[in-house]
Amino acid sequence: MSTITSPHLHGPAVLNKVMLQVMLALLPALGVHAWLFGGGILFTVAIATSVALLSEALVLWLRARPIVPTLLDGSAVVTALLLALALPPLAPWWLTSVGVAFAIIFAKQLYGGLGFNPFNPAMVGYVVLLISFPREMTSWLSPAELREGSVTLAMSAGAILGDGGLDTLSGATPLDTLKTRLNMGVALEQIMATQLFGHLGGRGWELVNGMILLGGLWLLFKRVISWHVPVAMLGTLFVTAGLFHLINPGAYASPLFHLFAGGAMLGAFFIATDPVSGATSNRGRLLFGAGAGVLVFVIRSWGGYPDGVAFAVLLMNMVAPTLDYYTRPRVFGQV
Amino acid sequence: MSGNRTLWRFHGGLHLEGHKALSTGQPIRTAATPPQLVLPLQQHIGLPAKPLVAVGERVLKGQLLAHPEGHVSAAIHASSSGTVVAIEERAVPHPSGLTAPCIVIDTDGTDEWCALTPHPDYKLLDHGELRNLIRDAGIVGLGGAGFPSFIKLNPGGRTAIETLILNGAECEPYISCDDMLMRERPQEVVKGARIMRHALQARYCLIGIEDNKPEAAAALRRALDEMGEREIEVVLVPTRYPTGGERQLIKVLTGKEVPSQGLPLDVGVVCHNVTTAAAVHRAVERGEPLISRIVTITGQGARQPQNIETRIGTPIDWLLEQAGGTQGRYRLLMGGPMMGFALHDTRLPTIKTSNCLLLASEAELPPPAPAMPCIRCGECARVCPAQLLPQQLYWHSRAKEFDKVQDYSLFDCIECGCCAYVCPSRLPLVQFYRYAKTEIWSQERERQAADLARERHAFREFRKEREKAEKAARHKAKAQAVQQDGNEETKKAAIQAAMERAKAKRENAEVAPKNTDNLTPEQQRKVDEIEARRADTRAAEGDRQPAVEGANHARPGTEDT
Repeated sequence: MSTITSPHLHGPAVLNKVMLQVMLALLPALGVHAWLFGGGILFTVAIATSVALLSEALVLWLRARPIVPTLLDGSAVVTALLLALALPPLAPWWLTSVGVAFAIIFAKQLYGGLGFNPFNPAMVGYVVLLISFPREMTSWLSPAELREGSVTLAMSAGAILGDGGLDTLSGATPLDTLKTRLNMGVALEQIMATQLFGHLGGRGWELVNGMILLGGLWLLFKRVISWHVPVAMLGTLFVTAGLFHLINPGAYASPLFHLFAGGAMLGAFFIATDPVSGATSNRGRLLFGAGAGVLVFVIRSWGGYPDGVAFAVLLMNMVAPTLDYYTRPRVFGQV
Repeated sequence: MSGNRTLWRFHGGLHLEGHKALSTGQPIRTAATPPQLVLPLQQHIGLPAKPLVAVGERVLKGQLLAHPEGHVSAAIHASSSGTVVAIEERAVPHPSGLTAPCIVIDTDGTDEWCALTPHPDYKLLDHGELRNLIRDAGIVGLGGAGFPSFIKLNPGGRTAIETLILNGAECEPYISCDDMLMRERPQEVVKGARIMRHALQARYCLIGIEDNKPEAAAALRRALDEMGEREIEVVLVPTRYPTGGERQLIKVLTGKEVPSQGLPLDVGVVCHNVTTAAAVHRAVERGEPLISRIVTITGQGARQPQNIETRIGTPIDWLLEQAGGTQGRYRLLMGGPMMGFALHDTRLPTIKTSNCLLLASEAELPPPAPAMPCIRCGECARVCPAQLLPQQLYWHSRAKEFDKVQDYSLFDCIECGCCAYVCPSRLPLVQFYRYAKTEIWSQERERQAADLARERHAFREFRKEREKAEKAARHKAKAQAVQQDGNEETKKAAIQAAMERAKAKRENAEVAPKNTDNLTPEQQRKVDEIEARRADTRAAEGDRQPAVEGANHARPGTEDT
């Protein structure tokens, strides 16, 4: 008889259920993405998931660790899904594979696997791709309403598995366009008046981001994530962007645009809330989110890249342990 | 009796399924006297009691068997009459399955009481006398901790006791012995509360009960009314584990936080369990020592879940038979599912702190799923009633960074198990904290031992130095004395005297070993014979082996100067 010590009672929360809920929360965004951008995301997700599981299995085998239980914890699939959503809709298969493999092997398993990685694996993979393959990473398919002619599933598959071929239908992202045009001295109003921009963010993208927001709210409701990071991150981004927008509306986009463009929603609800690489105390989480929010705005406005979510999260990952150390809650009965 | 008293909240905690109704369906029964009683000498926090009886001695029910050793300790009494058949090591209920000295009594079935001295009017006694009575009755905290109760019945020295709190929260699932006691014997609780309040000179007395026990609260309120007692208030508190923790209950009822390394006394509060109060009433007003308690027998493994008044020392298997027997496969726990511990032997005795025997089926308490890595989700910190960061404690315990664990206030952990309950990775967190605590304790002991050794060594060195210095000083003084004299004669006399002393010493040394003093004539004769034989042999050998002889000569003491 093995001795089990107290407590003998356990609650219902299980790790893979948490991961499953995160996957479910991403489904609406994936659906809308597939509908607006020709379904290429489905192939990207399939490739990303397979590469993630294979890479994880490979390293676990090399490390002589149990393979199946670890694969079933769902964390590798979550990383794959998040990276897939962050990539351009028609990212070639090798781009996805390199990014996911790097995320799983280098950013996660080499640090010891789930729970031991100081940086968010999906964001490490994303940044590696952004730095190594800038051309592929900035070539984004325009949403359906702006394209001449439809993109079928077969065409997407061809583009992803073959050698591009849909370049004519691709262009820069709204954030990219904004940055380039602003640098060229074009007035903000003029830029925003172009077709690429919708009511809130980029046309099409605002809808995907809306779905991500929806999924995030559901995670909040299910208590899978706490409100601190998303509220602090989006709130700070909103306030900072709003401040600059008020001061100089001609040069700084509206705060709502910032929330619904690029990776802000994905970052706030799904990336910065990653408990492993984030802060754990509530005050720490507030600071973590706030720091990420400010960094996103700073990088978007004055940095070298159109979007800054990945860099913001990785930079905040670095300070998370320090934040945790200085935001320890007061222990019961201590002054 | 107002219901709108302000209540406070403690951080974290859990809403757990109570499973109390399982065992509250029938009135408290009384178990018969078992054929044999096993009474461990330590059923409490502190030092084990010291036995006063001998094997073979006949003892009466209520008779003192072992008296407390040191201040923090408790007396042990015979829970029925019979004969002491053994005082020996026996397996006792303990998380680690230890054995400990026990007094074993074969009962005679007559259940004959020893003479009791009741004190019907406690008001005639001062707190010192009350404390002595309670100490002599062997009363310990019956909520599960087993801390000798009399120590917690001092009227405050530095701080006056403002509030006496009786803990009737009973927050752990399945356990219902306090609930049933309050329902059926509310008068005993109230009487005990009065005595405790008198001993403590407490201004207020509150009885805190979780609101899932309305019957108990109603019974107590009725008893207070009937007894015309207006100074004691029953307060319903929200049902939330671990409200029954002393610090948590104090916070809920008074808003005060007991300092992290301090005692409730520091905030003018003393907290006792309701069952302890009833035991105090029995000890003082009836003169009965603590020889029995109510035990909850529950879980799907029990045929007839119930509460049963049990003599301390009753073997568990015998008690389970008394309570209707068992069914199916079950895991036996002493205490509740959150803080109780597993027993692997049903022959162990019930002790003073045995509030519950939980016979849990696999469905009730499924074995834990395999542990996964910690993902730092922070759920544990959200539910921790001590406001700790359990995942940090886990991290550092695992890495054996014991200084850091203490940085994160490991010793404020009350081991309630909330963190492990919510952990999605199913980590046995509390096990890691216990491990770290024991490691730190043992390091502390080792450090103390090393400190002691170092001190001793340092003192020895110091003593050697001192002796050397003293010797040198003596020599110097002597030399000076001689020089100051300047007299050749005295110098010579001194040298002469010294030489004579040395010679006398050598001669003395030559005179055989000391065990030859004071011999009887018979022995002396034998020694002489042996010596003569030896001399012969030596003479004979001496001719043949001069080297040996030479060696003999070289031996100091045999050489003449």
